[in-house]
Amino acid sequence: MKYDMIIAGVGGQGILSIASLLGRAALNLNLHLKQSEVHGMAQRGGAVLAHLRIADQPIHSDLVPRGAAAMILSMEPLEALRYLPWLDTATGWVVTNAEPLHNIEPYPNLDAIAAEIRRLPQAFLFNADKMARDLGAPRAVNMAMLGAASTFIPLPSAALESAIVSQFSRKGETVVASNLAVFRAGRQATAALHPG
Amino acid sequence: MDTKTLFLGDEAVAQGAMDAGISGVYAYPGTPSTEIMEYVQAAPEAGARGVHRQWSANEKTAMEEALGMSYAGKRALVCMKHVGLNVAADAFINSAITGVNGGLVVVAADDPSMHSSQNEQDSRFYGKFAAVPVCEPCSQQEAYDMVRAAFDFSEKIRLPVLLRITTRLAHSRADVVPAPARAENPLNPSSDPRQWVLLPAHARRNWAALLARMPEITALGDAFPWNRFIPGTNRQMGILAAGIAFNYLNECFPGGTCPFPILKLGQYPLSSARLATLQAACDSLLILEDGAPFIEEQLVGLFPNPVMPIRGRLDGTLPRTGELTPENVAAALGRARPEGPAVPPLVTPRPPALCRGCPHSDTYAFLKEVMSDFPAGRVFSDIGCYTLGALPPYEAIHSCVDMGASITMAKGASDAGVRPAIAVIGDSTFAHSGITGLLDAVAESSPVKLLILDNEITGMTGGQESLAFGRLESIAAGIGVDPAHIRVVTPLAKHHAENVRILREEIAWPGVSVIIARRACIQMRRKG
Repeated sequence: MKYDMIIAGVGGQGILSIASLLGRAALNLNLHLKQSEVHGMAQRGGAVLAHLRIADQPIHSDLVPRGAAAMILSMEPLEALRYLPWLDTATGWVVTNAEPLHNIEPYPNLDAIAAEIRRLPQAFLFNADKMARDLGAPRAVNMAMLGAASTFIPLPSAALESAIVSQFSRKGETVVASNLAVFRAGRQATAALHPG
Repeated sequence: MDTKTLFLGDEAVAQGAMDAGISGVYAYPGTPSTEIMEYVQAAPEAGARGVHRQWSANEKTAMEEALGMSYAGKRALVCMKHVGLNVAADAFINSAITGVNGGLVVVAADDPSMHSSQNEQDSRFYGKFAAVPVCEPCSQQEAYDMVRAAFDFSEKIRLPVLLRITTRLAHSRADVVPAPARAENPLNPSSDPRQWVLLPAHARRNWAALLARMPEITALGDAFPWNRFIPGTNRQMGILAAGIAFNYLNECFPGGTCPFPILKLGQYPLSSARLATLQAACDSLLILEDGAPFIEEQLVGLFPNPVMPIRGRLDGTLPRTGELTPENVAAALGRARPEGPAVPPLVTPRPPALCRGCPHSDTYAFLKEVMSDFPAGRVFSDIGCYTLGALPPYEAIHSCVDMGASITMAKGASDAGVRPAIAVIGDSTFAHSGITGLLDAVAESSPVKLLILDNEITGMTGGQESLAFGRLESIAAGIGVDPAHIRVVTPLAKHHAENVRILREEIAWPGVSVIIARRACIQMRRKG
């Protein structure tokens, strides 16, 4: 098994905690993992990405090669498009939040962005902000995204859920429960899309 | 600890050093090295052992403090970003002439492609310059193992060892299996003044002795398992892969299917005997190394006809600038793979920006208003989040060169007649390298207007304590700034008019002024 993904978004959107959760789950399953992050100045509201590679064999490069990513998970629709050259066109999925983050002027036309995303052979665009808000956990947007992407990621759902539990346990049971609820809602949203 | 753990490259270095029995870490924050110190600061075992883990004022003081710990017989780790080694260079180069007592490992985290830096200098040159061994890991596991071995090696050869990492290793997590920890060294201060007092007579002796030992040091270093020759079936090309280049090479030949002989390198100085093995096995060479063509230039030399065709960054097989990537290494090997869809033209850049509510944006607002009266005036800035003041909507600064250069460049420009000459520096950068420059300005009563943006933290690297915290006014007064011209303002929109007035008053005065714009970093306020 070998699974490469790009996790994209804007500095401060919780990209590193998605990567950290997936890493924790992979390690608990005794898989190999490499996860490359952006630190430093770019975190100040700029475009940021994490490369995440999971495999049952030792992994060489810390970076996902362009054309190899099975998944682009994006916290923001414009950012989903920025890393398309990394996508494996034949098999890759783009799972992205539809809610834009307006910190650039002018922000490109949102309908045109959505059209570009829908043009891809395998893409899922949904409003993760709304999903998290409706479940009373507006800060858990990244859990909605992780849930939606998890349908396609070859890690058992139970392994991801136990990683969520251990990641949030020190914040109390309520936080754990709300993050799990948002994760499950996200996963449910894409359940019908999975070929297997 | 012997179970598989997920470590950033920086964290693997830190854990390796703790397990090697260090008694202290010395560092100044700088991307991509910051997380080494932060990991030790957060480690309960370091607290229980009493390992020194406070930030230093700058990389030079860090290097010297670590050398002092080594003098006392204990093991010390020093960490910095690549440009920090310029600041520490005086102490670093001379530490090769003194040698060490307790093990001393210096980590330089290079940033090829300048993700968060002003240049992409390659620290391996410093190792060669100082004549100290350099090790360069290819993986987080190797980083952990190397640091442990480097401390033993340092004590064996009585020299500091430079560990060079690059951004992609420093900031990538991978599974690492640690080894059992070693105890710290007992206190055992050196009693050999001839080693440590670098009078010319001693220094000449030490330097000659160091050079005489280089063949032995090279041979010992070459024996480490991170240098190895992997035979191949196709002798058309041999590949020399240093540090993380080895990963990108393997990425192109999964499962060890590379037909070409490979020399994997993780230790310098280069061993001629090791290179001879590769030379005998191939008819041409491809050099893969992250950063500068450090190895390639040594092998190619200046003669027009080298011993065999050598390809790499110098002949354009790989780009001359920027980091290695899976793509440019694959292309150099003729194994480029198809990319995914092109980025649609509507995708615009999203550069970093000052945070909403950042105190610097209010400071730039009053500075801009005042400077609009002085089209011939200039604003010299410095290294930190506030460098983003160069970009729209602020466009408020005219320079940013190196740590502390705001004050000294403003002074030089004022010497030349620029009025007003404004310097803009953060509180932590001021503590790092600004104080001596301010002393130059005070000594000549230069009409430099220094704005210290005091957000009470080292903001850009994620919020480390600033050694200037609570001390700015007393530092400025202590080196001779007239207390009547040390002004403290609060950068908030509601104080805008008052701040404009104060800056105008100070510009009207023909001596050194220090205006401290004090308001806590908005990120720290959020973290609580």
